[in-house]
Amino acid sequence: MRHRSLLILTSVLTTGALTLTACGSRSDDGKKDDGATTTVVIGVDAPLTGANSATGLGIQYGVQIAVDDANAKKLVPGVTFKVKALDDKALPASGQQNATALVADKSVIGVVGPLNSGVAQSMQQVFSTANMVEISPSNTNPTLTQGKTWATGDKVRPFKTYFRTATTDALQGGFAADYAFNTLHKQKAYIVDDKQTYGAGLAGIFKGKFTALGGKSAGEDHVNTGDTDFSTLVTKIKNSGADILYYGGQYDESELITKQLKAADVKIPLMGGDGMFSDTYIKTAGAAAEGDLSTSVGVPVTTLQGAKDFIATYKSKGYPGDYGTYGGYSYDAATAIIKGVKAVMDANGGKLPAMDDARGKLVEAVQKTDFDGIAGHVSFDQFGDTTNKQLTVYQVKSGKWEPVKSGTYTG
Amino acid sequence: MNTLPQQLANGLFLGSMYGLIAIGYTMVYGIVQLINFAHGEIFMTGGFGALTVYTSLPDGTSIWVALPLMVIGGSLVAVLIAIGAERFAYRPLRGAPRLAPLITAIGLSLALQQAVFNWYPKADNALSFPQLPGGPFHVGSISIQSGDIFLVVVAVICMSGLAAFVRTSRTGRAMQATAQDPDTAQLMGIDTNRIIVIAFAIGGLFAAVAAVASGLKYGQVKYDMGFQAGLKAFTAAVLGGIGNIYGAMLGGLVLGIAESCASAYISNIPGMEQLGGGSWANVWAFVLLIVVLLVRPQGLLGERVADRA
Repeated sequence: MRHRSLLILTSVLTTGALTLTACGSRSDDGKKDDGATTTVVIGVDAPLTGANSATGLGIQYGVQIAVDDANAKKLVPGVTFKVKALDDKALPASGQQNATALVADKSVIGVVGPLNSGVAQSMQQVFSTANMVEISPSNTNPTLTQGKTWATGDKVRPFKTYFRTATTDALQGGFAADYAFNTLHKQKAYIVDDKQTYGAGLAGIFKGKFTALGGKSAGEDHVNTGDTDFSTLVTKIKNSGADILYYGGQYDESELITKQLKAADVKIPLMGGDGMFSDTYIKTAGAAAEGDLSTSVGVPVTTLQGAKDFIATYKSKGYPGDYGTYGGYSYDAATAIIKGVKAVMDANGGKLPAMDDARGKLVEAVQKTDFDGIAGHVSFDQFGDTTNKQLTVYQVKSGKWEPVKSGTYTG
Repeated sequence: MNTLPQQLANGLFLGSMYGLIAIGYTMVYGIVQLINFAHGEIFMTGGFGALTVYTSLPDGTSIWVALPLMVIGGSLVAVLIAIGAERFAYRPLRGAPRLAPLITAIGLSLALQQAVFNWYPKADNALSFPQLPGGPFHVGSISIQSGDIFLVVVAVICMSGLAAFVRTSRTGRAMQATAQDPDTAQLMGIDTNRIIVIAFAIGGLFAAVAAVASGLKYGQVKYDMGFQAGLKAFTAAVLGGIGNIYGAMLGGLVLGIAESCASAYISNIPGMEQLGGGSWANVWAFVLLIVVLLVRPQGLLGERVADRA
């Protein structure tokens, strides 16, 4: 592992260097309170390069469009919003570095991100200490908001600065199990995960619900992120007689698994969660993806009236990445922060308090969020979870993700 | 259904690839006692070279026409980078303490990875690689993909070619002489610099062939594909006895089969359920390495070289 630790060391040094320069040049911007406009920065943390970057870029530009809209409509008079996007490469260590950098930048009032639940775990404490709002458009692991003992019903919110506009895997895994058992009439599921916070959590919940419904587990396995050879796994699945494969993880591995599975003549669908709900999955897996299933949070963004302008803007600006999964939620997360800033200023006689104070007040304001966003109603419960519990099952049909069932799942 | 034959076949295919890459480690080590940690990245650039050839061919070119060109293109890129690395990164450090070229190799590996990541178009994600049509083929209870057939065929061709080259050709014998004792070889009139360049070039060539095979097998190339493959191939080279070309191939096969069987069967052993499965494959691979090195420190086919230990 010599390479990786060096890689991390190099990126840490680089990030450190960048952070220092960033602080130097930007600290002035935030305090330009000369009666004209104040610049307030909304941070973004997501994987912008490498693994998961298609979805990560969708988050960055979802926030960018929300900020552009707010500036154009002068949603908060006297404030110009800006975006500062940092790349976490889907690595918890990079996420924590970025969180520290964002906290240190006194022009940043709140953050949208990250994409991965595992990265979120490394960032929550940093934002909590700084009393700074973090809204993830995509984290679905239940422990992030409800604590480690959530499954036994003993829910404790670990960080009051953390919110999310995506619903949790507790609902997503159950929704998937329900669809696999009751609609597809699958009896034996082979369950694989990537050992990450998100993947292992989701796969565990799916297994629990699937067996509770009366289905059987045909076997279980775990893979490493970054693996490319799944022939051993495929042979095991083939031999297990499973009629569906459930994968908890990201598209980077599942697209290869489905390809190798179908190439070995195992014609069972692969089902996964929102982590593999991406066009990249179909592009890489090609014909092998046909019939595969994925659940995702919310309802299809293309069916939302409010999201029409958003999609049009995204396309006309030619932004890279994939807005389909979390673009709408990112837009809403950024809007929640923007509306929160307005509430903080209204309570302070129309002026923004000093940044440390403003960050703290923003946490309270975001907790009271209540508006209709482009991806549905936006408000948070006592855990910081969204009250919008809608989920959709998608299936690959003729090379496209087609929604097959939308609904709310309550467990 | 008995899965053992299939799992052995899976391991054999994986092992053939490890073996092909391991040749690069073992040849370079055998001649200059340098662990070329950038070799995994040379493997990766071979894959990207082949992909570049494929994408620059007119649409609709048959894969059977494209494939030889891809192998040639990929080999050219990998061999040039391997030779360049030797000329500009390692040769100036020849005679320097062992750690210096080792650190250089790690630096070069990072540099190559980042260069492809930054400058190859869209390389920040996996790029799709053409795959061979047809298959899977069935032999008894074993199903074999067309990409696997290519892999095994080229591995056999490359290995027997290399063995013949080293044993019979003038240059091959010069290589053996240099490996035994570079100073004496030089005194006997062998241009050792040339031999070292050839060792790097052959390593690059084999890595490129392995990269094309990997692309065909998995349908993608990625800027960091060399990291894990390189690590495994290095393990295979050490397992087989570093410096020994047959050892590299054998080490690759043993490692591939061990990995495949470990992830398939260890979880069936009562009490070991938690230690099996795909995620533990790497752990078992290294356990095997440690055990072999404890019993035979020189590797499976390695020779005791007291003066170089």
